[in-house]
Amino acid sequence: MRGGFDMKESVYAVEVHDLTVAYDVKPVLWDIDLEIPSGKLAAVVGPNGAGKTTLIKAMLGLLKPVSGAVRFGNIPDEKHRKNRIAYVPQSGSVDWDFPATALDVVMMGRYGHLGWFRRPGKIERQMAYDTLEKVGMRDFASRQISQLSGGQQQRVFLARALIQQADIYFMDEPFKGVDAQTEKSIVRLLKELKRQGKTVIVVHHDLQTVADYFDWVTLINLRVVANGPVEAVFHEKNLSMAYGGRGLLLKGVV
Amino acid sequence: MAGLEIQLIAVIVSVACALPGTFLVLRKMSMMSDSITHTILLGIVLAFFITQDLSSPFLIVGAAAIGVVTVWLTETITKTGLVSEDSAIGIVFPLLFSIAIILITRYAGSVHLDTDSVLLGELAFAPFDRMIVFGKDIGARAIYTSGFLLLLNVGGILLCYKELKVATFDPMLAAVLGFSPALLHYGLMTMISLTAVGAFEAVGSVLVVAFMIGPPATAYLLTDDLKKMLFLSAVFGAASGILGYQLASILDVSIAGCMAVITGLLFFITSLLAPHRGILAVWMRKRRQRKEFTEVTLLLHICNHGDTPEVQEENGVNSLTNHLHLEPRKLRRSLHSLIEKGEVKRCGSLYVATDIGMRRAEETERTLLNTQ
Repeated sequence: MRGGFDMKESVYAVEVHDLTVAYDVKPVLWDIDLEIPSGKLAAVVGPNGAGKTTLIKAMLGLLKPVSGAVRFGNIPDEKHRKNRIAYVPQSGSVDWDFPATALDVVMMGRYGHLGWFRRPGKIERQMAYDTLEKVGMRDFASRQISQLSGGQQQRVFLARALIQQADIYFMDEPFKGVDAQTEKSIVRLLKELKRQGKTVIVVHHDLQTVADYFDWVTLINLRVVANGPVEAVFHEKNLSMAYGGRGLLLKGVV
Repeated sequence: MAGLEIQLIAVIVSVACALPGTFLVLRKMSMMSDSITHTILLGIVLAFFITQDLSSPFLIVGAAAIGVVTVWLTETITKTGLVSEDSAIGIVFPLLFSIAIILITRYAGSVHLDTDSVLLGELAFAPFDRMIVFGKDIGARAIYTSGFLLLLNVGGILLCYKELKVATFDPMLAAVLGFSPALLHYGLMTMISLTAVGAFEAVGSVLVVAFMIGPPATAYLLTDDLKKMLFLSAVFGAASGILGYQLASILDVSIAGCMAVITGLLFFITSLLAPHRGILAVWMRKRRQRKEFTEVTLLLHICNHGDTPEVQEENGVNSLTNHLHLEPRKLRRSLHSLIEKGEVKRCGSLYVATDIGMRRAEETERTLLNTQ
């Protein structure tokens, strides 16, 4: 498996080889090699500016790396990617004053399946209602998106990803700025996705919850510090390597 | 008859401009239209040097190409990080436009490429240029050129509505879903450039900008729905054309000037009176909220001190003013309103909260604590 990409069935959802990304001449990610197995709830963890968002964007092909390659285990080529991969960006990355309702935004998740020029119809609308129901937002379907709270906006984004019915979900800090109740329901949805055999890769900030929410963790700071099952690699030694040894980072975890 | 034709041309052009303009406004790229409508002149001049024919369709191709070059150049300069996007526009726009002017004055002095008519257009003369088919006059040429443009824009937006929508709202999602944001971006910019070329001959570049930005910006104040925004933009554009013509006839002044003035006026009137986002509506809502807030503050004060030893001092009819630091007039008004609602009553020399008032205070406290 290592050393090159063969076309056999892969146990990995994502494989990254020798990935280096730089903005101008400043490297943001340096020689990243990692594999994330299928069916995992994986957290990407690291200090601010460690390159977490960049890593996700590079995996998705949203920015051009200096070198390296990304392969999605069971997705043969780029053409098939769009319906198998879902992306939940940071909620601050879009203009919430855009004239659209929650339902409109969720329906966008179906656009990839529709392809160019085909309009969403009754089926997509019904799917969008059902998915909003799943994230507890059915009553807000016709609400303009700027009228939603931060947590509600995040749920709408989540619904937009769920409706894609992808195999791999990338989420950039879905817990940022949400209330405790929304956080709980997001975690419930993540675990539900895992039960369905999906892979979920989440940029995560809160070290205290990593062990509760996830079963795989990738610690990065420019390079990969550790990549593996939470119970094996998520310990103080690796954390201080990733965060530069600023005292104890975990409360009550050895 | 000429008047009717002029209004018809204005309506067609304004709708053709307002539709792609809606996406420009949503992409926060309004000033790009100003730049493009001017720099396309360079494309026209360059294409003219090659073809030596002012009616060649290659002039339109050249203009559209320079429009796209304008966008590309502006974005490339912005990406260097040396200047912000508005400065980049301020550099590219005068540069390309001035080159065009120099070329015209130096090499095309004898040709009819009038810089004044580029800026202001001459709608009044549009009806004189007739469309003759098989020796039959079938109306002003501009009706057909702008009509073709309108069809092109309506068709393009109908075809790519969902693609433009997602690429404008969340370009990253568009990319993940397989709709290249760059392709859509430059597609839209080509549409804007073609519209500018087709429209400016009739109405001038200033009015093209007015039609592209004014009506969508006005529509944005009134709706939260992209389809309605497109529709309202078209309506406001058409209204500006007709009202502008009427105003120009009454005052006997520039037609294009009056139409541009109307687009601005419609915006200001709407920004004042729009039901939810209008200045007036926001002001009234704030006032009501302030009033409610004062009432609630007062009610909570009366409730909280109701059964404390200092109640006589805190809630006394004569001493209450000293404790809330409120303007006496405001305090009296709030008290009056609370008493009217039956939430507070006067008991001898004291103000006391009633059961209804207590309930409201409790509820307020709960919601305030919940939302922090």
